[in-house]
Amino acid sequence: MKVASRIYTVLIFLFLYAPIAVLIAFSFNGSSVMSRSVWTGCSLKWYQQLFQDKMLLTSLRNTLIIAVVAAIVSTAIGTTAAIGISGMNKWMRHAVMNITNFPMVNPDIVTGVSLMLLFVAISKFMGNVSLGMGSLILSHITFCLPYVILSIMPKLQQMDPNLYEAAQDLGCTPVAGFFRVVLPEIMPGVITGLIMAFTLSIDDFVVSYFTSGTTQTLPIFIYAMTRKRVSPEINALSTLLFGIILFLLFVINIRTSREIHHSRASGKEV
Amino acid sequence: MKSKSAAFPYLVWMAIFIIVPTALVAIFAFTDRSGNFTLRNIESVGQYSNVFLRSIWLGAVATLICLILGYPLAYIISRAHARRQNVLIMLVMLPMWMNFLLRTYAWMTLLEDSGLINHALNFLGLPSVHMINTPGAVVLGMVYNYIPYMILPIYSVLTKIDPSVIEAAEDLGADGKTVFLRVTLPMSMPGIISGVTMVFVPAVSTFIISKMLGGGSNLLIGDLIDMQFLGSAYNPNLGSAISLVLMVLILICMGIMNEFDENGASEGGLMV
Repeated sequence: MKVASRIYTVLIFLFLYAPIAVLIAFSFNGSSVMSRSVWTGCSLKWYQQLFQDKMLLTSLRNTLIIAVVAAIVSTAIGTTAAIGISGMNKWMRHAVMNITNFPMVNPDIVTGVSLMLLFVAISKFMGNVSLGMGSLILSHITFCLPYVILSIMPKLQQMDPNLYEAAQDLGCTPVAGFFRVVLPEIMPGVITGLIMAFTLSIDDFVVSYFTSGTTQTLPIFIYAMTRKRVSPEINALSTLLFGIILFLLFVINIRTSREIHHSRASGKEV
Repeated sequence: MKSKSAAFPYLVWMAIFIIVPTALVAIFAFTDRSGNFTLRNIESVGQYSNVFLRSIWLGAVATLICLILGYPLAYIISRAHARRQNVLIMLVMLPMWMNFLLRTYAWMTLLEDSGLINHALNFLGLPSVHMINTPGAVVLGMVYNYIPYMILPIYSVLTKIDPSVIEAAEDLGADGKTVFLRVTLPMSMPGIISGVTMVFVPAVSTFIISKMLGGGSNLLIGDLIDMQFLGSAYNPNLGSAISLVLMVLILICMGIMNEFDENGASEGGLMV
């Protein structure tokens, strides 16, 4: 890289990372006074306060439950959907893919508001059941589904259709054919979809905000915290989350580079 | 595999959770509180045309800045060694893994009147600058949050450009500037288009960034909708009307962007 592009790259990354660095630095700030930007020595007290916060732990638990359920259900529905869509004729596939793309194009806030209207109508119909975990899980599955489908479709298109037919010719039932031939072929796409659904669900604020009722998820909890003017606990929370993400990415990277090595050794393309 | 029926659960799901809710928004937009047909909601959206114009203006400015800042970086990264490319792209994506509320909150601490930037200015003997709760702060928040969505699709299109095309242009006597303007830039158009839509749509419809960095004085469309559904001005009918207008607005923008993308080959859209 030339010097100018090097400087430019450094400047952009400075812009991207400086706020995060400041956030992390101030999570260790000892100050208890009303300021987020006066440094008064190192301390871990915000971390202590954080772990005593019952609301935080509840919202963390809710977030994880929702993410796990939403990821699994949307991957299951999305996988079968992708297979069904690939078996459709061109016209039908086009129509279905348009519906699939719609929630990704539609602004999050409109998706959130429209789901809120639906859930409020349903809850009135069912005798004022309040929104909560149920509506959150349903809406998370809904916005995860398109991403799952889009990560599986290309794998299905790459797959040799003769494989499945061969399995059937050799006496496989359709179900066995799916589990023993199709699924292993499209597995990388399924895994990508699952991971994407999980992270999308954990990270979502806007749709959850409108469909949660009084239930708190982690992003909603963070939002409530930022509404109070001063709360260095957020800094501690950010630091922890950032650390966890770094760790996970590190592990995933090591795993994939191992896989690449492995598949190179066995002569198979990834 | 000719198993169309496998998509059946999905189609039912999307009918219930996408089509019905969207229809509900439309129905609410055209009815009053007692459920009678009315055009009043849609008409009163007109009162908020200044909010719409502000949202579109700030969103467009943020998108343009993202493009101007992001394109060179995407270009630089696409020219780096393969190993370094992976590291740099990882670094672009990493902040996206942090919840955007936290990223926006970080800017709050930097920009506020007694914040870190003003502390630094005072320390250097310079006067404080009022930055938070201004339109500029909102644009900054948008650029900061959404610039990766600009860099990634442009980068993925740039890496797919066949180097021999560029060599051919050079062989035919084009200098660096001509190669860029007549070969690289036109060929990266699909990436630019998906980058622009991926930044503009969330920027126009945001309500958190304006709330946190814009104070109460820089209302955007998202804030209006939020106020009608969960805020003080509870009025789901008006809120639905505003949402409907926003949705139509976005779909029109997408349509226009797709027109630009004549080749129809916008593969840069989804990176992951």
